[in-house]
Amino acid sequence: MRFGVVVFPGSNCDHDAWYAISRNLGCPAEFIWHQSQSLGNVDAVILPGGFSYGDYLRCGAIAKFSPVMAAVRRFAADGGLVLGICNGFQILAESGLLPGALIRNRGLKFICRQVELETVTANSPFTCLASKGQTLRMPIAHGEGCYYADERTLDELEAEDRVVFRYRDNPNGSLRDIAGILNRERNVMGLMPHPERATEPLMGSSDGLLVFRSMAAAFAVR
Amino acid sequence: MSTLTPELISAHQLTEQEYQRIVSILGREPNYTELGIFSVMWSEHCSYKSSRVHLKKLPTQGSHVIQGPGENAGVIDVGGGWAVAFKIESHNHPSFIEPFQGAATGVGGILRDIFTMGARPIAVLDSLRFGPLDDPRTGARNRRILAGVVSGIAHYGNCFGVPTVGGECVFETGYSGNPLVNVLALGVARKDRIFYARAAGVGNPVIYVGAKTGRDGIHGASMASAEFTGDARQKRPNVQVGDPFLEKLLLEACLEAMETGAIVAIQDMGAAGLTCSTCEMGSRGGAGIEIDLQYVPQREAGMTPYEIMLSESQERMLLVAEKGREEEVFRVFRKWGLDAVTIGCVTADGMLRVKNHGRVVAEIPNRALADEAPVYERPYTRPLRKYPMDAPPFRSADLEADWKALLASGDVCSKRWIWEQYDYMVRTNTVAGPGGDAAVLRIKETDISLAVALDGNGRYCALAPRQGARLAVAECCRNLSTVGALPVAATNCLNFGNPERPEIMGQLVEAIEGMAEACRFFETPITGGNVSLYNETLGEAIDPTPVVGVVGLLKTGPPLTADFKRPGRAVILLGGLGDCDEIQFGSTQYAKVVLGRIWGLPPALDMDYEKRVQAAMREIAAAGLAESAHDVSDGGLAVALAESSFGPAGVGAVVELASGMREEFLLFHEGPSRILLSTEHPEAVEAIARRHGVEAPRIGVTVEGRIRLAARGRVLVESAIEPLRRLWETALERMLGV
Amino acid sequence: MKARIYVSLKPTVLDPQGQTIRSALTSLGFAGVAEVRQGKFFEIELDGLVRTEAERQLEQIAQDVLANPVIEEYRVEILD
Repeated sequence: MRFGVVVFPGSNCDHDAWYAISRNLGCPAEFIWHQSQSLGNVDAVILPGGFSYGDYLRCGAIAKFSPVMAAVRRFAADGGLVLGICNGFQILAESGLLPGALIRNRGLKFICRQVELETVTANSPFTCLASKGQTLRMPIAHGEGCYYADERTLDELEAEDRVVFRYRDNPNGSLRDIAGILNRERNVMGLMPHPERATEPLMGSSDGLLVFRSMAAAFAVR
Repeated sequence: MSTLTPELISAHQLTEQEYQRIVSILGREPNYTELGIFSVMWSEHCSYKSSRVHLKKLPTQGSHVIQGPGENAGVIDVGGGWAVAFKIESHNHPSFIEPFQGAATGVGGILRDIFTMGARPIAVLDSLRFGPLDDPRTGARNRRILAGVVSGIAHYGNCFGVPTVGGECVFETGYSGNPLVNVLALGVARKDRIFYARAAGVGNPVIYVGAKTGRDGIHGASMASAEFTGDARQKRPNVQVGDPFLEKLLLEACLEAMETGAIVAIQDMGAAGLTCSTCEMGSRGGAGIEIDLQYVPQREAGMTPYEIMLSESQERMLLVAEKGREEEVFRVFRKWGLDAVTIGCVTADGMLRVKNHGRVVAEIPNRALADEAPVYERPYTRPLRKYPMDAPPFRSADLEADWKALLASGDVCSKRWIWEQYDYMVRTNTVAGPGGDAAVLRIKETDISLAVALDGNGRYCALAPRQGARLAVAECCRNLSTVGALPVAATNCLNFGNPERPEIMGQLVEAIEGMAEACRFFETPITGGNVSLYNETLGEAIDPTPVVGVVGLLKTGPPLTADFKRPGRAVILLGGLGDCDEIQFGSTQYAKVVLGRIWGLPPALDMDYEKRVQAAMREIAAAGLAESAHDVSDGGLAVALAESSFGPAGVGAVVELASGMREEFLLFHEGPSRILLSTEHPEAVEAIARRHGVEAPRIGVTVEGRIRLAARGRVLVESAIEPLRRLWETALERMLGV
Repeated sequence: MKARIYVSLKPTVLDPQGQTIRSALTSLGFAGVAEVRQGKFFEIELDGLVRTEAERQLEQIAQDVLANPVIEEYRVEILD
């Protein structure tokens, strides 16, 4: 299974995602430049963390217009696996590939810490190797990670089992403790925590590897 | 032709003698642009004219050193074909005037110094000093400065994508009007791919890349060399605004352009901007540089040559490429959406020749600007000393209350509120992040890890600058040894007051000599650094504050951290209980926090013993014998014991000391050369200690959930861990009122 | 032609920055401040467009780029 990692100007977790996939998961991974019109022959796409375009307008607001995002939309529409981490989640929300928005943390401060996540559903290609209710430890590092959506959207996400992760101890004011969600077709996930930063014991946790291993397993049975 | 009045010359902070020297170098009167160029290059900030003769006393060579002082950053060989570039720099004055942007551009500047060398930055550490947060008169301002500095560092480092992995934060009255913001950055490069700022190859193009030039920060370098008067706000227009996103693009583009092999030399435009980068690159390479300002990308219309040459707009680089290969370089910068234009070329005549639309507007020998600035042997006397020598009478009323007061005090309490605002993990090299004795970073795909720590102690140095500087080096090396790393090289930032005052100059000389002795003894040569003088507001100088950053090496593996992991382990105080007397006790946190006064002398340091303690510690760590290890420093043994108990395991210790030392001393003295560790193999630890001729008393045993410290059967302090941890962990937030 | 576009959070969306500023104002003694909402403000210069076309473009810029309709609302003002 081949992974593509998109590089926007200002992405800064692109290399971390590449390292997690190629060294700790053991799958081939390649970088895809934001000007690229196509994704090549990758089987899954990661939109990595960072500050695309400096996040100067709103997080992810400019990245959604880059040529590669048109390709990502087509890829997602064809059922391809798309994972947006942190800034990648913000880009997916801005692009409308996922509902809602990420706004300034409740405490107004950037927060970097290990957090505990509840795996809310194992019914997704991103968590199929986890068990429902399983606790995963991985870090967050964001200033604008407070998940916001209107009540109806939140109800819908829950009714359709599309909340993938919740914070055990909500760090940023996210509504209903939401840390990660799926699209309706369940092939696109966005989450604020960083699974790629939890893929070997030296990083303090290997729990994030479960997300990538799930993707590989889901791809294999397709 | 000259219209330069004496007022104009003195407004450029040049003395009459310095001006005469300029006239004799040029063989004529300088014009206005040339005056500006001389004034920034000969400022204290760029020329080190007051400190240079003394800086020569520092050791700069060693087996690991590839590049010592004089380049954008020092470089050391760390093995496996890898090199590390690192340096510390101050941004004190800008951070007082505008804390957020001042600190942010401080981070930006030192990062450029690192990637200019071809090294990708992998870590930042900060040494911060502010006035007390709870001071009734200045507290509100101090809190605002702290909050602004921290968010400025976070803003820049987080967006750029470099982890901020550690540092220190200290509060002292003297920093109320003059906070210190010292930033250390460290990067890695292949040893055979290091780039230098030495112009070469007559006819090679000089290329400008990065942000456009605006009127920002004109005379920032000379501002950084002047004392503050009452209203620092007047200086506000000089403050530059940082753009970390642009710098991130600049980083990627520069590293990629270096890969082409077409780059001959490169230097960032920091203080004194285009002026400094042109004449320094020329001087180092023994070459001349000719540029035409009409090609310099400009943000504002109508800028004069003076303004363009002196602008300190951020995120700019100057490079020399091989003639005929410009297009390879331009292609990379275009890919990253950055301006890159040829503005001139390298010449053979050693001159900095600046033209504007073909007309020469400045013409000065590069060497005169970069290397022939006046050097002063400023007169110095015994160092200024504000504190008494003799101890006041004191007797603790309640040792446990004193212990808690220390744990909740500014210098000792948890700095989590600060470091959680920094992304300390990005790039996934951080093996041990902030909050420990030293940060540990691995170099991926090798078995090499780096340990880094920053230390300074203005209070010790205010009492005795020579000993204080030695203690700072010793403690910094000890911090590295505590995580198992061998200290190999250092960088320093010397923060002092006005060197034209002989008693301040005395502090500087003593501190440099003390640092030189210790760096020589601990085999950590200084590979670069920064001197920040004139740290005074309204004639009140800061405590002399030499800060040292040391880099060490260790094998990659699970980190050795400060916290107790399991109950039932032996607790050993490697180095022993140490010693103290009433004079030395006056420099401790206890004196400062509990007694509210400072006197006497810093703790005595036996460098030979210190070195043996550290060697023993590294051997214990390498053998995997220690489960935890923590340096005993601020607040003494009682504080170290509490800090070791604040880990996630919730394990504390019961300690019984066999000593007749006065109880306050026993608990709180800050004698060096001591490391608190827990182990499952006490005999093996003791054997190693014996071999190094080092004391290693077994002082207690780890237990679940509580801490107790007794001496000769009498319990001195005792507490459950949780309430104590809460006190320590929330103290900073309480002081900040957040 | 000059224009201004104001972008602010929808009234239903929490504005922690605004709240923080409001409580700071209160503690500074500005007793009458009931609420503060923080927003963004853009100055745009247009060249060579007729007014109707300018209005159309500004509307589109605000809607598609400057504001996120999930959380924000906007107002366009043409100054001439």
